[in-house]
Amino acid sequence: MTAGRSRATRQLTAGRGVYVVLGAAVLLSLFPLYWTLVAASRSNTEIHRMPPVLLPGGRLWHNATQVFAQTDLRLAMVNSLVVATTVTASVVLTSTLGGFAFAKLRFRGRGPLLASVVATMMVPTQLGIIPLYIMMANWFHWADHLQALIVPAAANAFGLFFMRQYLVGAVPDELLDAGRMDGCTTRGLVWHVVLPAARPAMSVLGMLTFMAAWNDFYWPKVVMTQQNPTVQLTLSELASGYIKDYSLVLTGALVASAPVLVAFLLMGRQIIDGIMQGATKG
Amino acid sequence: MAASTAAARGARAPARPAGHRWHRLDRTVSPYLYLSPFFVVFGVFGLFPMLYTGYVSFTAWRADRPGSEGRWVGLENYRRLLDDPFFWNAVKNTLGIGVLATVPQLLLALGLAHLLNYRMRGRTLMRLGILLPNVTSVAAVTLIFVQLFGRDFGMVNWFLSLFGVDHVDWQAGTLSSWSAIAAIVTWRWTGYNALLYLAAMQSVPFELYEAAALDGASRWRQFRSITIPMLRPTILFTVIVSTIGALQLFGEPMLFSQQQDPTTGGSQHQFQTLALYSYNQFWGRFKYGYGAAISWAMFLLIVLVAAVNFLAARRMRGAE
Repeated sequence: MTAGRSRATRQLTAGRGVYVVLGAAVLLSLFPLYWTLVAASRSNTEIHRMPPVLLPGGRLWHNATQVFAQTDLRLAMVNSLVVATTVTASVVLTSTLGGFAFAKLRFRGRGPLLASVVATMMVPTQLGIIPLYIMMANWFHWADHLQALIVPAAANAFGLFFMRQYLVGAVPDELLDAGRMDGCTTRGLVWHVVLPAARPAMSVLGMLTFMAAWNDFYWPKVVMTQQNPTVQLTLSELASGYIKDYSLVLTGALVASAPVLVAFLLMGRQIIDGIMQGATKG
Repeated sequence: MAASTAAARGARAPARPAGHRWHRLDRTVSPYLYLSPFFVVFGVFGLFPMLYTGYVSFTAWRADRPGSEGRWVGLENYRRLLDDPFFWNAVKNTLGIGVLATVPQLLLALGLAHLLNYRMRGRTLMRLGILLPNVTSVAAVTLIFVQLFGRDFGMVNWFLSLFGVDHVDWQAGTLSSWSAIAAIVTWRWTGYNALLYLAAMQSVPFELYEAAALDGASRWRQFRSITIPMLRPTILFTVIVSTIGALQLFGEPMLFSQQQDPTTGGSQHQFQTLALYSYNQFWGRFKYGYGAAISWAMFLLIVLVAAVNFLAARRMRGAE
């Protein structure tokens, strides 16, 4: 065994077997998505051939226009975009401010409040779904309106805790003390010290929040109708019914996933770092 | 530092008493101000509905019967629950799918993390690859898998036919539908958990392995006696989180169903989970009170299973 001479040599080097197994895992992870692309670019009869066709065809554009013509996907995309961006902006802002308070400000009740935030992360969200619907429908009259999706998601425990974990280490206390001595208000500290330091974590949290909001299915299914759908609802509608055109269903799945897939390709590295850092600090 | 801060304050205070008072107010109030959005949102849309679910579960409220709102029936809904075969069926399905969807998933994730921890080329691509399934939506993923699991033209059955297995109707059987749903969950979450394990593995001091190697411990022995115990907090975390997630499965069984009413969870209710049953009673049959009782029962089940898992995972250390 090579005793650790430098950090780089401290890990064992992968043999061929490791590459083979990991390669297989990656292929299994990618294949269903690749197959979606194949199916979305072919006709329904073509994808039902045995043995299966494995290369993309030329009908992607045709299928996509069909899906947009047959469903409300255009409205759904706009709705999902509005909801996901609003929720993301709100969660990132409230989490950064709250995370900063937990990480760096001294105040009465800090410990118990932080513990309660962590505890709420463990509570299953579905427990309150029936009253939440009653509130939205009967009290606020928000059923089938986008604010029913936005307001309850405007802040969450995960984001708060995530930003707190990051800011504990990212903002030096000395910098805050110096700012205070210069007569900075707390808002001034947020503006000049915290926000610049928090930017990397804010973008990861923003990414994760956007994906979660875009992908959410249960609550939109409860509170929205097909009159004013999100992308996931339109997608589930496209797949209902006995006779399905699977090339169109999978085209819908592809279109519905496209924004998050693009975001993931652009920011995948940061997302991985964010997930892994959260794991060790938690 | 503290002394100089005090000096600075002392120097300034007499000159600007109003500013000083403002500063103190700022320091006492700001933290609560910054935390208020979360606590307001959670209080109104999280805590209150949960408690309200408890209250509704003690009433005979049905949306299709005006005036039934708030009619107190005590524990009647829960008593009916105990005699309801569909409820117990849903409990069985939820637990069965839960086990199939979490145990292999976490074991696979542990193995993958171990391999990803080797020094290798293209590691970022590997990590991106295994995480990719996690960013796609439940709806999209389930519909894709419904096609792959199709009885006549699905690729899974085509692949199995190469080994002489004939057209499996995945939705029809209990075990087959459970396995298919578990496969969907596993596909979506294994990579994510592998990354959590990998992060924990990277923080294990290398010296422990060196010492063990000097003592002649095999790789497998090192994995069992060093890696697993050092990963215990992370394992505990992932076990709890995936348990909570698996016992709330909703979108997967709903969209996997090919029935006209997707909330029945298959022709014989063979994959109707508790979340699906609660939705079916509340949304399809307008039984608010009964649906709320199912929600609370589901919550109790989650707490129970999570506690059992927690204790079991804690005993892991005791065994070492």
